Amino acid sequence: MTPIVLPPARLRVAEIAFWLALAASFFLVPDKLTLMSQVLIFGLFAVSLDMALGYAGIITVGHAAFFGAGAYAAGLLAKHGWSEPFSGLLLALVVCVTLGYLLSYLVVRGTDLARLMITIGVCVLLAELANRFSSITGGTDGLQGVNMSPVLGRFEFDLFGKTAFIYAYAVVLATFLAVRLILRSPFGLTLRGIHDSRKRMLAIGSPVESRLRTAYALSAGVAGVAGALLAQTTQFVGIESIGFNRSAEVLIVLVLGGAGRLYGGLVGAILYMLVHDWFSELNPEYWMFWLGVFLIAAVMLGRGGIMGALSRFVKVGRAS
Amino acid sequence: MQIVLFDGVAYGMLLFLISVGLSITMGLMNFINLAHGAFAMVGGYAASTLMSRLGMGFFPALAAAFVAAALVGAVLEVLLYRRLYRAHALDQVLLSIGIVFVSVATFTYFFGPTMQPFTLPAALDGQVSLLGLEVGRYRLFLILCGVLVLAALLLGLGKTRYGAMVRAAVDNQRVASGTGIQVQRLFFLTFSLGCGLAGLGGALSLGMLGLEPSFPFKYLVYFLIVVCVGGAGTITGPFVAALLVGVVDVAGKYYLPQTGAFLIYVVMIVMLLLRPNGIIPRKGLA
Repeated sequence: MTPIVLPPARLRVAEIAFWLALAASFFLVPDKLTLMSQVLIFGLFAVSLDMALGYAGIITVGHAAFFGAGAYAAGLLAKHGWSEPFSGLLLALVVCVTLGYLLSYLVVRGTDLARLMITIGVCVLLAELANRFSSITGGTDGLQGVNMSPVLGRFEFDLFGKTAFIYAYAVVLATFLAVRLILRSPFGLTLRGIHDSRKRMLAIGSPVESRLRTAYALSAGVAGVAGALLAQTTQFVGIESIGFNRSAEVLIVLVLGGAGRLYGGLVGAILYMLVHDWFSELNPEYWMFWLGVFLIAAVMLGRGGIMGALSRFVKVGRAS
Repeated sequence: MQIVLFDGVAYGMLLFLISVGLSITMGLMNFINLAHGAFAMVGGYAASTLMSRLGMGFFPALAAAFVAAALVGAVLEVLLYRRLYRAHALDQVLLSIGIVFVSVATFTYFFGPTMQPFTLPAALDGQVSLLGLEVGRYRLFLILCGVLVLAALLLGLGKTRYGAMVRAAVDNQRVASGTGIQVQRLFFLTFSLGCGLAGLGGALSLGMLGLEPSFPFKYLVYFLIVVCVGGAGTITGPFVAALLVGVVDVAGKYYLPQTGAFLIYVVMIVMLLLRPNGIIPRKGLA
């Protein structure tokens, strides 16, 4: 079949419709708002992974390190008296960008194997730290006593998750727009070039390593913001927000949605979380089994995810 | 002091046994296989089931573990791995994570999430005096196995025709296949051998690491550190790295119970900074 051709202006409309549909869930499913906030947060987390993996091509299976670090940073700040939400986000951003930038020196050099090793190693190391220093982090019981003061001093976090949803929606949308801007800037195009052909980018004089380092640090920062959002909206930080399993999970979300595509992470998170919610009464072992089968099938049948499949039917460009 | 060193070496031998197959897979086939621990788990469960349900002895069970893991490896190589040798690293990572998930879920379903019971055979129980040092027989046996396997691998790779073909394929695959070496079959055999060794290591680890369905996740980092720090594609590299990791880990946990568990990560980072291609890099990378 011939693909439907979508002019760029129409695409803008589709984007706006996508975000409006997400916002509409506030009225459509008022009893599922907590879930919807988590969908948004996970979507942002997957978008951050996409920056590193899909755009910059840095193979990482340890992105939960930053998600967890951001969550603990925001959670600890709130627990120790400074409960204003936005400063928590800012702290998580600063902490994770710094952490990501320092790590990037190890991650960017070396082979894919060493890269993978470092990312997994650091993630497991941080999980171990969080587990060991239970007097600070709460260990396996999780960090409790995270009390947030009202957003902008007016909107109290309520039991039904209304404020949490609006807050998460606003922050995720703003961060997403920032990411979109970054990825469409000359910097983002450089990343795309490095991903497609590193050698040619080197040949035209692009500072490949420093671009990759910046991308990794930015991606870490976005992941940290997502983690901080989760900590603030659930007022709790579980030890499972950091660690290998969470990293694998977000990788699955991204692969499901489609890596290297702006909306891949968000679409993947929507589908993943909703399916997970439907089967939540199922034994976790079955869930893991089917996830594994899905991953194997996704690799065997060709990856690209939902957005990849969609792009086969809808093309962006001028009608000819 | 000596006993910590001894236990560390025994632990390192175990890590070497399990990881050496991974080193070969990564070096020879450039395949990033995160599911390697799953093959060790297959061997461990095969041995423990045979021993507890069929009353098989420990030593025949070890052989059975090797065969079981090698068979599972062979089947998966034909069905899945073979198609992805030239694929992007991300695809390999995804496939192997998928395999880990499926294996963890399957083993939990059949054997339950708890640790498998295991009793050492009488021949390996207790202590033995060695150079004035009271050492566990079981740990001594581990070291013996490690040295034997190392010797067998070095001899096999260094002196036999098959070994020469493997070395040729590691160094340059295209030229190797150009000289008439059937690289596909070589991959198949080597992959199965690596899985079998992992299975053997998994069965041997029953008394030291314990066996539960989360095994592939729990020790994944250790195997990766051994291969990565040692240098993928070599035999001696992972051996040295495994001993280093084993001794550092045991000593760290013994002398610094609070922070010792982190010591190996520090070692990993320092080693990768100093020698990004491993302690003993394979030819063509140095």
